[in-house]
Amino acid sequence: MFMRFIYKFSSPPYFYAISGKMLPWLTALFLVLLGYGLYGGLVTAPADYQQGDSFRIIYVHVPAAWMSMFIYVVMAISGGIGLIWRIKLAEIVSISSASVGASFTFLALVTGSLWGKPMWGTWWVWDARLTSELLLLFLYLGVIGLYSGIEDKRTASRAVAILALVGVVNIPIIHYSVEWWNTLHQGATVTKLDKPSIHIDMLIPLLFMAGAFKVYYLIALLLRSRNELLEREQNAKWIDELLEEVK
Amino acid sequence: MTNLNKLEAYQLSCVRDDRVLFSELDFTLNSGHVLLIEGANGAGKTSLLRILTGFRRAESGNLFWNEELIENSVHFYQDTAYIGHNNGLKVALTAQENLRYAQALSSTTLSIDEAMAQVGLDGYQDTLVRLLSAGQQRRLALARLLCTHKPLWILDEPFTSLDRASIQLFEQFIETHANQGGLVIMTSHHETQLPHTLMQKIHL
Amino acid sequence: MKTSSLLNAFGAVIKRDLLLAYRFRAELINPLAFFVMVITLFPLALGAEIALLKRIAPAIIWVAALLASLMSIENLFRADYDDGSLELMVMTPHPLSILVMAKVMGHWLTSSVPLLFIAPLMGMMLHMDADIIGVLMLTLLLGTPVLSLIGGIAVALTLGLRKGGALLAILVLPLYVPILIFASSAIDAAMTGFPVSGHLSMMCAILFLALTLTPLPTAAALKMSLS
Repeated sequence: MFMRFIYKFSSPPYFYAISGKMLPWLTALFLVLLGYGLYGGLVTAPADYQQGDSFRIIYVHVPAAWMSMFIYVVMAISGGIGLIWRIKLAEIVSISSASVGASFTFLALVTGSLWGKPMWGTWWVWDARLTSELLLLFLYLGVIGLYSGIEDKRTASRAVAILALVGVVNIPIIHYSVEWWNTLHQGATVTKLDKPSIHIDMLIPLLFMAGAFKVYYLIALLLRSRNELLEREQNAKWIDELLEEVK
Repeated sequence: MTNLNKLEAYQLSCVRDDRVLFSELDFTLNSGHVLLIEGANGAGKTSLLRILTGFRRAESGNLFWNEELIENSVHFYQDTAYIGHNNGLKVALTAQENLRYAQALSSTTLSIDEAMAQVGLDGYQDTLVRLLSAGQQRRLALARLLCTHKPLWILDEPFTSLDRASIQLFEQFIETHANQGGLVIMTSHHETQLPHTLMQKIHL
Repeated sequence: MKTSSLLNAFGAVIKRDLLLAYRFRAELINPLAFFVMVITLFPLALGAEIALLKRIAPAIIWVAALLASLMSIENLFRADYDDGSLELMVMTPHPLSILVMAKVMGHWLTSSVPLLFIAPLMGMMLHMDADIIGVLMLTLLLGTPVLSLIGGIAVALTLGLRKGGALLAILVLPLYVPILIFASSAIDAAMTGFPVSGHLSMMCAILFLALTLTPLPTAAALKMSLS
């Protein structure tokens, strides 16, 4: 039953049609979530008693960091599905996620560094999370580089899937080793990213922002996948039919 | 080689760089038969061979070795030998060392000395492959087929860089192999005549 | 008719690679010379102050070993891919992942084991204490096979590429991070007088994890590169 649904959804013409219908709704949802999240985060949430207004960058930084991990996992899982069941759409979802994920990782790094300046007085600190995030960026860059390096796109998708699966097994190991390294070398200095607790007025806009980022990822993913699909399937019959309709 | 073997292809198709090279290709190859794949350059001969060796997956369609899907068959690689554009020889090793390595990886039939004698390389056992001519290296690759138990031979352009005498020798071994119940799949772009065998042809 | 056992095949792959390494024995020097050169650069850049060198010696030696491994791993499958013997290795009745393990082991024996012999010398040149050098050797012994095993995946993935060199570094180095961290912190612990068995067991765990897990993606990537 579930597999039948997967097969149906992953047939290119069906996916193309349904994703086209979903896009406007998703965009509307994104704008609502983003609007409320930004308003709540920048206006209604109280200023932090220690960090003042500069803490407000977490409304971008934290969701971006969450997304960077989440997208890597999505990329690995869909790559694995593509590898095992040879579903073309899964391959496309996998590679279309890579650059979105890399962008979120980069965003998390930049905002982390911007946050670091008022807090630590320096743009960069070898904090465990920032360092893991930096390594994650390298993992994404490897995926993107590998995909663009191999000419045959089917082969490239499989290569990327293998790499993403290797990466996803490694991420926890890298993450914990970096955390361990950090406690070892930094000793007593407190990492300020550890928030003991967060006020509910601060938390709700944060969750809205996280939702907005998720929806944004979905939109970007659909747009990229549709493009990639058109490019790969340019000889297929359903695209000819689609073009007929447009005329 | 008394066992009967069978390679079947159903509805194979291959797409490379958004171009359909071939589609809905069916054939059955039985023991004792030779399959010759013909076609112009770029028609997809090598791609088809890559699919038949299991290195490349067909866009659609299935391949069966003795009724088992080749992806799942434990026997397929045991039974198959491939000679591509490169001979698969280590030029820094001697002829004998190369064959001994090949034998260690699969089942042995003839001894190394016998196989080398049959392809006319007797006395070259301890010569580094680097010092052999291109034709001799090709013959050594043939000797590798002879000294290991491989019912199915897949040969990509086996006659390139061979002189007339070597081509004849090669053809003779292909015929013998087929007549003993082996299977051969080969590509070639010049006229290949194997009058004493059951030959099938695919034109791409 | 004599059939081949898995053990035979495993041995044959290692034996052939060792024989090839012996035929090209002049090339065995390359990773070694590279390793020594990189280490030499540090005192030249930092100045030869003994206390400083002593403190950063383990880091220097480990980074140099990492780079040397990265440099030599490129050739792991390259020659086999170019001369067609990779196809021969795939077309055997044996599981490719086991033969891959034999290849990696051959590579480790010829490119990393020589480093193990010269590392104590380097440690002495950087004024490390004798007992710390012992810990360094242990971490190298446990860590360098992991480097080869992980590197094998990336090499197999980039095999079909014309210019794989820089990409290889991007693929491999982030994956090398945990082993670098555990190795250097083991030595750090030894230098500050703490017990090192915890760190070393962690490295053992990673080694066994790598031994069991890495041959599978490497084999898959090799098959893919042949398509």
